[in-house]
Amino acid sequence: MLRTRLQPLHPIAWWCWAGALAVAASRTTNPLLLGLILAAVAWVVTTRRSDSPWGRSFGALMRLGFVVVVIRVLVQVLFGDRVPGATWFTLPSIPLPSWAAGVTIGGPVTVQAVIGALCEGLQIAVILACFGAANSLASSFRLLRCVPAGLYEVAVAVSVAISFTPQVVLSTARVRDARRLRGRATSGLKGWRGLAVPVLDGALERSVALAASMDARGFGRRSTSPGRRRATAAATLTGLVGLGIGLFELLDSGSASGIGLAVILVGGALVIGGLLTAPHGSRSRYRPDRWHVAEWLVVAAGLAAVAGVVAAGNNNPNALFQPLYPLALPAGPAIALAGILLATLPSAIAPTPARTRLQEAVT
Amino acid sequence: MIAFDRVSVTYPGAAAPALENVSLAIEEGHLALVIGATGAGKSTLLRCVNGLVPHFSGGRLNGTVTVDGRSTEQYRPRDLADAVGYVGQDPDATFVADTVEDELAYAMENLGVDSAAMRRRVEDVLDTLNLHALRQRAIATLSGGQRQRVAIGAAFTAAPRALVLDEPTSSLDPVSAEEVLASLARLVHDQGTTILVAEHRLERIVQFADFVVEIGAGPGDLRTGTPAAIFATAELAPPVVLLARVAGWSPLPLSVRDARRQAPELRQRLEASVRLAAPASRGDRVATVKGLTAAYGPVPALADVTLDFHEGEVVAVMGRNGAGKSTLLHHLVGLRRAQRGSVEVLGRAPAALSAPEAIRLVGLVPQDPGALLCAETVAAECRDGDRDGGLAPGTTRSVLESLVGDICGDAHPKDLSEGQRLALALAVVLAPEPPLLLLDEPTRGLDYGAKERLSRQLRQLAARGHCVVVATHDVELVAEVADRVVVLADGEAITDGPARSVVCHSAGLAPQVARILAPAEWLTVEEVATALAARPPGHRTTP
Repeated sequence: MLRTRLQPLHPIAWWCWAGALAVAASRTTNPLLLGLILAAVAWVVTTRRSDSPWGRSFGALMRLGFVVVVIRVLVQVLFGDRVPGATWFTLPSIPLPSWAAGVTIGGPVTVQAVIGALCEGLQIAVILACFGAANSLASSFRLLRCVPAGLYEVAVAVSVAISFTPQVVLSTARVRDARRLRGRATSGLKGWRGLAVPVLDGALERSVALAASMDARGFGRRSTSPGRRRATAAATLTGLVGLGIGLFELLDSGSASGIGLAVILVGGALVIGGLLTAPHGSRSRYRPDRWHVAEWLVVAAGLAAVAGVVAAGNNNPNALFQPLYPLALPAGPAIALAGILLATLPSAIAPTPARTRLQEAVT
Repeated sequence: MIAFDRVSVTYPGAAAPALENVSLAIEEGHLALVIGATGAGKSTLLRCVNGLVPHFSGGRLNGTVTVDGRSTEQYRPRDLADAVGYVGQDPDATFVADTVEDELAYAMENLGVDSAAMRRRVEDVLDTLNLHALRQRAIATLSGGQRQRVAIGAAFTAAPRALVLDEPTSSLDPVSAEEVLASLARLVHDQGTTILVAEHRLERIVQFADFVVEIGAGPGDLRTGTPAAIFATAELAPPVVLLARVAGWSPLPLSVRDARRQAPELRQRLEASVRLAAPASRGDRVATVKGLTAAYGPVPALADVTLDFHEGEVVAVMGRNGAGKSTLLHHLVGLRRAQRGSVEVLGRAPAALSAPEAIRLVGLVPQDPGALLCAETVAAECRDGDRDGGLAPGTTRSVLESLVGDICGDAHPKDLSEGQRLALALAVVLAPEPPLLLLDEPTRGLDYGAKERLSRQLRQLAARGHCVVVATHDVELVAEVADRVVVLADGEAITDGPARSVVCHSAGLAPQVARILAPAEWLTVEEVATALAARPPGHRTTP
């Protein structure tokens, strides 16, 4: 153990680690590598997640990933291009009018088509699992606590919204129950119309109670002028959006155009300026998350997986893909395997979360 | 510490003021209790203390409210956060963070308390409110009593000199309620905090109070004083006080402990008296639950529960928060399908019936009766009730009138008092004449008057042959109405027997009268009064 402190790992470190693994997964459709990445993520999650409600998001996103794989394969079989290769089975094909040229329904399905779709679906599922892992290991509430002072109000709004969603689901269930108790329709258009008004009504009442409680606990008690606060928040947000667009262009095309670079530069300047000039007000922070050696190591472990996969691709670009012509077992490039193995390191170096008994309030 | 000087509050659009000409002063280190019928203005009074009225609610406030020397005229609620902590009625709606520690620290973060002081203070509050074991738990996984204590802690970490609480125990089981009240008593005794609390279940809190504010029904009708002085005549009083009045005890006892010191004489007087109300013979079987097992995901809610329900009986289902009471009712009404075991009402499984069929067989008034009501006016609600049940026009309305007399048909259901709203929901459910009637926690937010009316209505329904099942924490209601008590613990039915013997022999479920007169099995003040009237005091006969 590198440390014995109680405080959990910095949420940003977890998100960087999971993000790096997602990037590694996005570079390959080799099912062996994808499977290994999934196994690495699952291992770290099972050893290091807390058993709070958000700890279960990994399982939820795994299930979503499975659905994605199934849909991807079904779409390929029903509407996909005619991929050349050995025909597995043939579906009755439905002729479409000439204006729908290019779209096919049914027809012969090749083994290659199904395996290719399976691998692509798996890639998306693994990326989803990485996102779920980040949520399981570091709740979005804790991530939002790390935002700089300039974006504090935005972060509060987002975290209130996150905690609001499950409550809306609960109150929808309650209103549905109430409709059945009155002997009314609970499904269909009529049922939904009867649901919306009471659910919104309940949500509104809740927000008013929440606002009163926040007000009574000193929220918004600041000395700086609201105008300046809003201006810096707006500048920071605009900058972040600009940075995002610029980075997307950079990653998408592999090289930045002049405009892309300019957007990145201006966005970066806005963000830094906004954060530097943001009024800190009189707020303080309870037990802020700190960045120690373990955080660096966790991020490095994630980057090792990316480096391994990229290096394997440089050695032999084909090693990252499932060979289809001819069909063969996927390659197992040693350097990529080693990188992914290193990515399981957090299960040993991250602090163990306090195990708490999960006790649902069943009423 | 808290002073009101000729305060009147009128909400926007309201015809009459919610509070009129209120003057009172609460001294430092007192636990002050606000009592009054529902709708008398208790919540308004509490929300005035930290300026939520009128800064947050709108409306007009005349007069001045001062807290710790600061007037709410100049200070907004957020500026008073270091002087007054406020805990609203529904703690679930007020949480900002996801874990206990973060929620506790929230107010201090807003006040800009420095990091070291914050750590110290959070530890203090964790200890004071006995939340230490829960510090890293997600709030969503806590029980009702734990959540209420977190809400109190969250208001208390900023070290306010005064704390204001609106019905802190109304949704809690007796044991959780005691935990919360013990925490409050500790804040008053150890830390000298001034506490102002509104509560309907007086039997739980009266013994802790130093000062009582009674808001009467009439405009400007307000009395303040020591508990003994106020409860000598107050209309709303806990059973211990009512029993003392019947027995003529003086000084007036406010706790079971005080009352027991004076009780031996009364026990003797009652010893010889005849016990009334022999257990009625059971009617036909209305509903059967056999081997019912249910779970929410991995969490078991009911384990192999087997019960019978009969015509003409009132059955109380009791147990801790989360013991499976609501789950049992949901199965009986068909909102949930039995995973294992069976549920039958008059030989049919309610979950398999269509909604219009089901309401003729079994009706449920849920925890929040307002959830059943969605029309704009009482009259429209009654018309909808007739239509839903396929009944003759006017049926629901006449049921409602038989329950509460005349209610203005143009009133919005949300503007009714808690008791009237419950009666309206009850009327809607009763109109199709279901033989099995279920009520989930019906006394939440009801004052003693409304509770007494409810008890009478439930007894009448049972006398007319309905089977009434009530899931409740309210031991006093059980003492009043129940023939039979079923106790659930962690999903298992651990006790099923006649109400008198079950509650009298339980440490947590015994009503105040039973505690005072134990080991004799008396449940209600009314019972004792009747027995005493039949046998004039001082007159003893040998058996």
